[in-house]
Amino acid sequence: MAWALVPAAPRLISALGLRRLVLSRPVHISLFITCYNDTLFPRTGRAVVAVLERLGHTIEFRQAQTCCGQMHYNTGYQAEAMPLMRHFLEVFRDDETICIPSSSCVAMIRDHYPKMAAASGDSAVARAVEKLLPRIFEFSELLVDKLGVIDVGAFFPHSVTLHPSCHSLRSLHLGDKPERLLKQVRGLTLIDLPEATECCGFGGTFAIKNVEVSAAMLSDKLRCVLGTRAEVCTAADNSCLMHIWGGLSRQRTGVRCLHLAEILASTEAGEVS
Amino acid sequence: MSVRVGEAATAPEFPVAAKKLVSNAQIRQNVRRATDIIRNKRARVVEEVDDWEQLRRAGHEIKEHVLRHLDFYLQQFEAACTRAGGVVHWASDAAEANRIIVDLIRAHEATEVIKVKTMTSDEIRLNPALQAAGITPYETDLADLIVQLGEDQPSHIVVPALHRNRMEIRRIFSEKMNLPELGYEPEDLTAAARAYLREKFLRVPIAISGGNFAIAETGSVCVVESEGNGRMCLSLPRVLITLIGIEKIIPKFRDLEVFLQLLPRSATGERMNPYNSIWTGVSPGSGPREFHVVLLDNGRTNVLADDFSRETLDCIRCGACLNACPVYRQTGGHAYGSVYAGPIGAILTPQLQAMQHSQSLPYASSLCGACYEVCPVKINIPEILVHLRGRVVEEGHAPIVERLAMKAAGYALETPERLSLAQKAARIAQIPFTHDGVIRRLPGMLAGWTAVRDLAPIPKQSFREWWAKRQKEPRL
Ligand code: SF4
Repeated sequence: MAWALVPAAPRLISALGLRRLVLSRPVHISLFITCYNDTLFPRTGRAVVAVLERLGHTIEFRQAQTCCGQMHYNTGYQAEAMPLMRHFLEVFRDDETICIPSSSCVAMIRDHYPKMAAASGDSAVARAVEKLLPRIFEFSELLVDKLGVIDVGAFFPHSVTLHPSCHSLRSLHLGDKPERLLKQVRGLTLIDLPEATECCGFGGTFAIKNVEVSAAMLSDKLRCVLGTRAEVCTAADNSCLMHIWGGLSRQRTGVRCLHLAEILASTEAGEVS
Repeated sequence: MSVRVGEAATAPEFPVAAKKLVSNAQIRQNVRRATDIIRNKRARVVEEVDDWEQLRRAGHEIKEHVLRHLDFYLQQFEAACTRAGGVVHWASDAAEANRIIVDLIRAHEATEVIKVKTMTSDEIRLNPALQAAGITPYETDLADLIVQLGEDQPSHIVVPALHRNRMEIRRIFSEKMNLPELGYEPEDLTAAARAYLREKFLRVPIAISGGNFAIAETGSVCVVESEGNGRMCLSLPRVLITLIGIEKIIPKFRDLEVFLQLLPRSATGERMNPYNSIWTGVSPGSGPREFHVVLLDNGRTNVLADDFSRETLDCIRCGACLNACPVYRQTGGHAYGSVYAGPIGAILTPQLQAMQHSQSLPYASSLCGACYEVCPVKINIPEILVHLRGRVVEEGHAPIVERLAMKAAGYALETPERLSLAQKAARIAQIPFTHDGVIRRLPGMLAGWTAVRDLAPIPKQSFREWWAKRQKEPRL
């Protein structure tokens, strides 16, 4: 019946203070914060650092980093995205493990860099991309797949609903990783989001170019979020959360939006500031 | 050659048309309800097929193979169809196809035709061409009939009258068929349509149909449908004219095994279509005496020429991507200004027209990927949308403000120093717009954001600044 103990193992290990020892050797992790989080959601970055350091890992932050090129690429400015990709490849050339707390940026790299590299006709770029792909991890992928933890020792005494986000779902295929991480958080009540797989209507420049349709999609999402009566809506993407929060705030709902990392960084001592 | 896709060349841009539609409660309700029903049915019947993923891959591979050897298969089809007593016509564009069809009808001195299952005829605007030539077309597919009598446009590629509910249909029938006493039940409406159509089936000597598949090996054509009205059109009249796009070719009869599983499950959530008609040329003593196939290009070779987006022509017109699309579900099909609505319309229409028109369509998507997930022939629609956006920009059609903004952003993001400067500048620029810690109104392009959403101001310290400061502090 040893298998029956498996789900309880992380808690047991955590209780014994052995988590760092048993679950993963210390890993040196290079953080690509993304231009978006860097500017608008620095707290998410601090939360990622807090969680990973708490688990005994070390963080590298390369100040030379800028942007993966997603906004340009998806809006049709593929030529402008090319130097951004080259810069990214240069900055992260030597890193073994790269953490990116944004599904859509990971999707940009995984889905589009190989094509951009092929289009560049530069075989060195193509090789660099090929070398890069197995070394990048979205935040929950890093925790669950690479580091093998689902209990990160968090405490968050609130009701939470999870918006799975399109890139997490259909490009990264994160599956239930974010959910498994949340379920281990002490004090947290996870409430299922109805019609969860529907897009929130953000879509980058879509939100501005097609504001009417985007707003209609957002109101459907808000109806579902509000229906859960959760205090907090979370996701693995701050871009969706910025959109959803934008609507929640406009309607004065008082519901908060927090990146998954911020919930996982919370402890009895409080939330990341 | 001049390609025409319905009225798409003169249709308003997507955001403009969509604005009207999202505030139409009736259309939104009808579209939402209908797409919910179809997609739930689809999900159930797809679930029960163990090798669904393999079938999708097979469908994709067969179609890709055909597109790479289209010249060969088209000729093979022509030869086989001719051997079986059919006549094959080639039309390079809409005008030529219309001319061929009108001439065929005139040669029989007919003034009326019945039509079934031919979206392609809407693409070439056949009905107005027929009317201009003094020929009256009668749509016989129930949904097409509703659209025709309602003097309306189709809004879905499989369920053209999806935007109409029963009450609206009853009103249209009652007015146009002159039936003031018509009841409200589905049975009343079908009975009215049946009486109206039977008379046409028995009287009108010429039919025009579309085709789901044209089989190169045998020269056969296949039409699938739910009502049996198609079967009437295909078997009762003396003359049958079938209009199909050149991409509808499949190599072998055997390939139907793949497509007749993929199509009905994806389209209507049925395991099999109630009516599957397959015919080969003419057979003495049964069916039409004369059979013509019009093979239409109308821009399809434009699509074929683009390596990256060629797979657009894999489409088997199942409509699953429309039902899955959160954008389509808010607006219905009319916003797309084309007979081809939804995600497939957003990639097909502009390409057929060599990107001269409908340039707002590749942007009519949040790139959520729901279409790609359900497409039975695995067309990577989001990728193609992005590729087409690239063509719009490359060909210089993007708005100037956007071009400048993207250039500026590209410049700022190229080095960390510039990014830091831009962050600092934005922090100062936002001050006049920030009240009580929230931004509720922004100028220019960003006004679109704050029209319906708030924005949290940029925090005082970027992550990179925080990190730099932290590195300087003594660590515990
Ligand atoms: S693109 Fe795919 S899902 Fe959409 S109609 Fe065509 S075959 Fe169906």
